[in-house]
Amino acid sequence: MNDSTAVSTLNDDQSSPVVAGQPQVRRLRDHVIEIISDSGEGAQKCGQSFASIAAKMGHGIWTVEIIPAEIEPPARSIEGASGNRIRVGSFEVANGGDEADLVVAFNEQVLLGRVRTGALKPGCIILLENKWRHHQDLAIVAAYTSTYDKLVADGYRVYEIPMEQVCLQHTSTPQRGKNMFVLGMLNRLYHQDLELAREQVAFTFRSKSADVVDRNIKLLQAGYDWVGENLDLRFEIPSAKREQAQIVVSGNTSLALGIMASGMEICAMYPITPATSASHYLSEVFENVGGLVHQAEDEIAACGFAIGASYAGKCSVTITSGPGMALKQELIGLAAMAEIPLVIVNVQRGGPSTGLPTKVEQGDLLQAIFGTHGDAPRVVLAAATIEECFYLPITARKIAEAFNLPVVLLTDANLATAQQPFARPRLRKDWFAAPVDQSAIPEGEAPYDWDHTTGLHRRFTPGQPGGMHTLTGLAHDRKSRVAYDPATNEEGLRHRSLKLAAFQKTLTVPEVCGDANGDLLVVGWGSTKGVIEEAVEQVRAEGQAVACLHLTYLQPMASGIGDIMKRYQQVMTVEMNWGDRVDDELIDSENRRYSSLAWLLRARYLVDVDCWTEVQGQPLKPRSVARVIRNKLTKE
Amino acid sequence: MFDPIEVLSPSVSDLDDEAYSLDDFEGVDSRWCHRCGNNAILTAVQKLCAEEQLAPEKTVFVSGIGCSSRLPHYMGTYGFHALHGRALPVAEGIKIRRPDLHVFVTTGDGDCCSIGAGHWLHAIRYNMNMTVLLHDNQIYGLTKKQVSPTSPRGLVSNTSPHGAHLEPLNPLAATLGMSNISFVAHAVDWVPSVLCDIIKQAFHHRGLAFVCIMQRCPNYLPDHFEEYIKDPERMVLLTHAQGLQVEDAVAKRFKHREEHDPRDIDRARELANNRERVPLGILYRNPDVLCYEDVRAGVEHLSVSDKISALEREFDKFTVQPPS
Repeated sequence: MNDSTAVSTLNDDQSSPVVAGQPQVRRLRDHVIEIISDSGEGAQKCGQSFASIAAKMGHGIWTVEIIPAEIEPPARSIEGASGNRIRVGSFEVANGGDEADLVVAFNEQVLLGRVRTGALKPGCIILLENKWRHHQDLAIVAAYTSTYDKLVADGYRVYEIPMEQVCLQHTSTPQRGKNMFVLGMLNRLYHQDLELAREQVAFTFRSKSADVVDRNIKLLQAGYDWVGENLDLRFEIPSAKREQAQIVVSGNTSLALGIMASGMEICAMYPITPATSASHYLSEVFENVGGLVHQAEDEIAACGFAIGASYAGKCSVTITSGPGMALKQELIGLAAMAEIPLVIVNVQRGGPSTGLPTKVEQGDLLQAIFGTHGDAPRVVLAAATIEECFYLPITARKIAEAFNLPVVLLTDANLATAQQPFARPRLRKDWFAAPVDQSAIPEGEAPYDWDHTTGLHRRFTPGQPGGMHTLTGLAHDRKSRVAYDPATNEEGLRHRSLKLAAFQKTLTVPEVCGDANGDLLVVGWGSTKGVIEEAVEQVRAEGQAVACLHLTYLQPMASGIGDIMKRYQQVMTVEMNWGDRVDDELIDSENRRYSSLAWLLRARYLVDVDCWTEVQGQPLKPRSVARVIRNKLTKE
Repeated sequence: MFDPIEVLSPSVSDLDDEAYSLDDFEGVDSRWCHRCGNNAILTAVQKLCAEEQLAPEKTVFVSGIGCSSRLPHYMGTYGFHALHGRALPVAEGIKIRRPDLHVFVTTGDGDCCSIGAGHWLHAIRYNMNMTVLLHDNQIYGLTKKQVSPTSPRGLVSNTSPHGAHLEPLNPLAATLGMSNISFVAHAVDWVPSVLCDIIKQAFHHRGLAFVCIMQRCPNYLPDHFEEYIKDPERMVLLTHAQGLQVEDAVAKRFKHREEHDPRDIDRARELANNRERVPLGILYRNPDVLCYEDVRAGVEHLSVSDKISALEREFDKFTVQPPS
């Protein structure tokens, strides 16, 4: 294997196959692999299958979907790359890693798109379909050869592979079958178990005829054999020892499973990217546990429907993304005011306005906490891993029902489509909802009998004799009567706010990862956890005293965070929302707009928290964050 | 469709032990203006609840925002005074898994036909089993006299000082033009006996019963409906064996009467579109339209163990066993 120059395994006339000697096996800690194609060519299926096999072999994996903005972008377009990124590791992989180490591309244009977004490592190995070199359209040939030459000149190690040509021996539609050919190739390249791959192909095509399964297994074998005969590349990633059964799902599927396990029975939603796939899966299976997905006429109606169902005793969830969250805000205020349990899931995407619908951002933290008129206290929590996408809906419902308030659960586009295995959950009976309370209300009890210390009260549900009252979004007294007098208004505001304090008292001090005290504390929230922790580990390995703190509860925040921050010389948040850059000419300490979490920490703890943010619609990379940490340490 | 829960609800089975009187359906005192048409509607629904012996705890009045939407506060039942325009989605959520609850929605022309118009269209299509009362006074009252979508052209208001610019939206014609309609009626607050009869039939209809009620606003449009009240040419009473049956004494007050079969959608639309002579009665009724909550009822009485087994089966689909 040649590490320094680009190699082509086949000559232009394809008459002289490269003879592979005994290939050297390179042992790796982890590798980032991308498989990209035009939309509909099956790269995603190939990537997911590859990742599943790796997971079965005991590897840590993290997969990221590469999705074009359009449903059917034109073929061979730079913007049209569709596929998967898979990071395979010998450890528990908690993020998508840095740039790709190896890319399989079905045409050079989608590859070019990835090169231009900086997705490839310098010297990255590229396995490229070479049929374009012989295309009848000379413009395509020219585009292909010039791209190829440029890539080689830039130091990428490009291997041209006659994918469709080989596939033709097994199928008349090689364009559709080559994804399994590629799966076979990767299987050999990464020393995977071929038998597991056969099982995976059979599983993938389980609803198709035996012929289809058979053909695809032949294609798999063909890819496997072709690498054996023609490529001298081999990688081996030691697999992690694992004893437990694991679940391999995307964050949105995990979220849907969590909703099913939470005891919530109604999910009201309106289609919005990137949240909708959770509802797709839920629509398929929710009824098996007595649930129901209601696709409402709009985002507002979805929230109103969920509130109505919750009010009637069936705690409900509405799933949306940023724009839909904004539309629901008035009703979230009603749920806060009337003290109705409600769970709102916001799968964040890039904003403002329509923004970047398919891409990741953490721009909704402040609207989650403050985003409606008046003081409408709600609990806000954020999932940091695929596993938390499962457990946090269960927690969210418990909080919503115990404290009678809206709970916002934030995830994002990165978690939504990424896959990462986690231990198969042990289901608990107490997660599921108790029957709706229909017992009679004792005489003299009022619907808002706020406890003076905690603000809590017992909610009356329709059907309970003696509990009749009219719930209202207007200011109201303990009997739920409209009340405009100053004292009553303050009484309501005070008690609704006290509930957050009561809830906050149940939270435990979050744990710091890294040094217990030192030069820098990095604080984060949401899907960046894996990246920040990996970056901190890298810098710590260089002897620096740094640590990170990741917050699940953003509103209210647990006690003890202020004390933790005091143990470090500097504190900085790392987030994927906008924060003004201090080196911009006009920006100074009087006008700098900080990133969301930095605002919150500065306001609450009076600590000079700095922030570093990136809003490129892409998940953060460990290497970039490590660089930021180093810079921060040297600057001060 | 037949709903066993309603038959078994205490409102019917407890009839012998305990009778509800009108007092049981009174909430706090009405704060509407003197002679406001809403009072007639309130009386009509309270009378209905007492006559039907609805258990107050099994009855929910849902409203949006506006004068009409204060009605739930004046009832002795459960009430949900929601946000402007959003009564219908909330009512749908209440009903979806609680067929045992009697759900009523009171809404105004601004609430239903303007800010909540999207929900109105879809609520009709969902056809959930509830009674929707549109208090149509053709003006915004609570915000002090602004033009409403149902205000006639030329109406002078604080936001149309030179007269309303457009032809009004016709709630009856609009509803009758939607899909999946199952009950549409028109009433006026000043003929309470007919109003009560219509509301009663609306309540007994299985599906969404939409009752549009011309409602007087004595404060902002004092003489607005006088032409209908005084001029016998302006109204037509609809009666039918399958629709409204009116006592002779009442019927005699109407110069124009029509035997209208409520299954006749074409004639219903003609009647709705005739603004010169507005119909009073049931324009359309079709008890065979599917109700959304029935279609979505799902499996009843799953135990927690059933649910856990179902979820375990889902986990099986995604489980990777440790390397053997």
